[in-house]
Amino acid sequence: MLHLILFLFFGTICVAGAINLLAQSHPINSALSLIAVMASLAGEYLLLGAEFVAAVQVIVYAGAIMVLFVITIMLLNAGKEERTQGSRVAILIGVPGVLIGGVLVAWTLLHRPDMQTVPIGALKGDPSDIARLLFHDFLLPFEVTSVLILIAIMGAVVLASRPEAIARPHRSTPGPQETRELVATGKDHR
Amino acid sequence: MIPLSYYLLLSGILFACGVLGFLIKRNIITIFMSIELMLNGVNLSFVAFAAQWHALSGQVFVFFVMVVAAAEAAVGLAIIIAVYRTRETLNVDRVNLLKL
Amino acid sequence: MSITTFIIISIIKSVVVLGVLLTAVAYSVWLERKVSAHIQNRWGPTRVGPFGLLQPVADGVKFILKEDLTQPHVYKPLYIAAPIISLVFAITSISVIPFGNWVDIGPWGTYLQVTDVNIGLLVVLGITSMGVYGVALAGWSSNNKYSLLGGLRASAQMVSYEVSLGLSLVGVLIIAGSLSLRDIVDAQRHMHWNIFLQPVAFFIYLISAYAETNRTPFDLPEAESELVAGYHTEYSAMKFAMFFMAEYANMVTVACLATLLFFGGWLGPVLGPPILQMILPVLWFCLKVFLFMFLYVWVRWTLPRFRYDQLMAFGWKVLLPLAVANVVVTALIVAWRA
Repeated sequence: MLHLILFLFFGTICVAGAINLLAQSHPINSALSLIAVMASLAGEYLLLGAEFVAAVQVIVYAGAIMVLFVITIMLLNAGKEERTQGSRVAILIGVPGVLIGGVLVAWTLLHRPDMQTVPIGALKGDPSDIARLLFHDFLLPFEVTSVLILIAIMGAVVLASRPEAIARPHRSTPGPQETRELVATGKDHR
Repeated sequence: MIPLSYYLLLSGILFACGVLGFLIKRNIITIFMSIELMLNGVNLSFVAFAAQWHALSGQVFVFFVMVVAAAEAAVGLAIIIAVYRTRETLNVDRVNLLKL
Repeated sequence: MSITTFIIISIIKSVVVLGVLLTAVAYSVWLERKVSAHIQNRWGPTRVGPFGLLQPVADGVKFILKEDLTQPHVYKPLYIAAPIISLVFAITSISVIPFGNWVDIGPWGTYLQVTDVNIGLLVVLGITSMGVYGVALAGWSSNNKYSLLGGLRASAQMVSYEVSLGLSLVGVLIIAGSLSLRDIVDAQRHMHWNIFLQPVAFFIYLISAYAETNRTPFDLPEAESELVAGYHTEYSAMKFAMFFMAEYANMVTVACLATLLFFGGWLGPVLGPPILQMILPVLWFCLKVFLFMFLYVWVRWTLPRFRYDQLMAFGWKVLLPLAVANVVVTALIVAWRA
């Protein structure tokens, strides 16, 4: 009973946040609804017993990736989005299509003769057990994803930097000796 | 003791909302956020099935999904900044010509 | 223990801990003013009550009665929500901090901790990373270029130093073998304090925590002479008080974590009758936390401020490699001994 109440509580916040993401026109409101979705998903993970995954969801997803999104929205000063021709067509066709597909999937899921249940805190995701799996069975994916992150960092730094910072990387203000030479030859002003 | 299909239903709803956001939104940052929403829905499926089959690898795989999502968000936002610098707009409908 | 007893005890614990935390926050302001005054060879608050001890009460009344300026040009929902977000996340992390051992009061017994989660350290780290939103949203919603710059700088700084903060704690985790704060303190019995086993990690943690809480020498985002007042330029009265309280609550959390993880928490000489044996650990804990708060204030009024690019370069180019090296060396030593 308590399990159902908690599941519905977190689930309602998830769905409300997801629908709010679609309904809002300003990206900062969408970002905040997405943060609410991620936090309530962490609650759902706790209900399934995955405590380490829930903590990592809050730290990495809600606390770092979404901060990246919010900082980008602030930096680029994104405003309300405008309605264009393409978006009207997409709304007219896309929304009913996805809704019909969703109702079909929900019907199939909910009307099965044998529905297996999971108790509250079903599979205890202890950090030590997860670490054992991560470093024994999944060692190769672990190493590969760390290389992937490194490549992503380098790519992001290069993509987001200004073009002249790459063309002339060590351009800096002149030191004392250089300044004296510039002043002596009259080159310190045009 | 609630049925597993409830978790799968929630995951499906999140995924559907992510797909809808990807289709109908015109701001490029919101499209990216819909992709993150889809990834979160998938994560919930992974953890739910891990709980049902008592296999901890479902929870381990969530880490890899999160790492890939983080890498994709970083590179994607960098691309968005680069596009904004040249095109001065965040609306995908205006970024439809190769000519500036 | 029945469910109603558990709920009642938890409510009592939460109320007591919250009350103690808010009083500690108010009196850490008093501590700061007194210590800074004596460092600068002046008296500090002396008029309101003996030694100025009622000064926080006067400050609280002032903040409540001050005019709350409502700006016409701000983005109202986030403008009001940002200080609330900051304060809520700053106060929530006290819920997993243990103050002492098991106590028995009559027929009931409980741990001196609001809740003992076996991922307690990760909960604190998660709440710290969520606290960045208060700063970022405050800067953005104020619709003011100084606030925006201050907010961006502060959130970038907090996110950067979170990395070395987390990594510096991994050495402690390897030694203790658990993420629960109570287990980490229990692993430091018999003077095996982690300050002797992990000195480098302690300094990395302290420096990262100073940068994380935006305190000098890393307080460029809110320095008065720099960006007017950074992200809280447009705030007045109660909302400003909430930011203020959030900053000091973060300081208290950092001090509590430093004592728990490196200085043995509540461990100290315990003697005497059972009632004293229950209270003395709490007193040791409070003494150590008080020393860390004093260190915070002392460092603020002794060191000059870092420039922003020096700050970021230090965090990424010096602290992060040091923290990684610390993890590698600790892991090697622990594996070699096992």
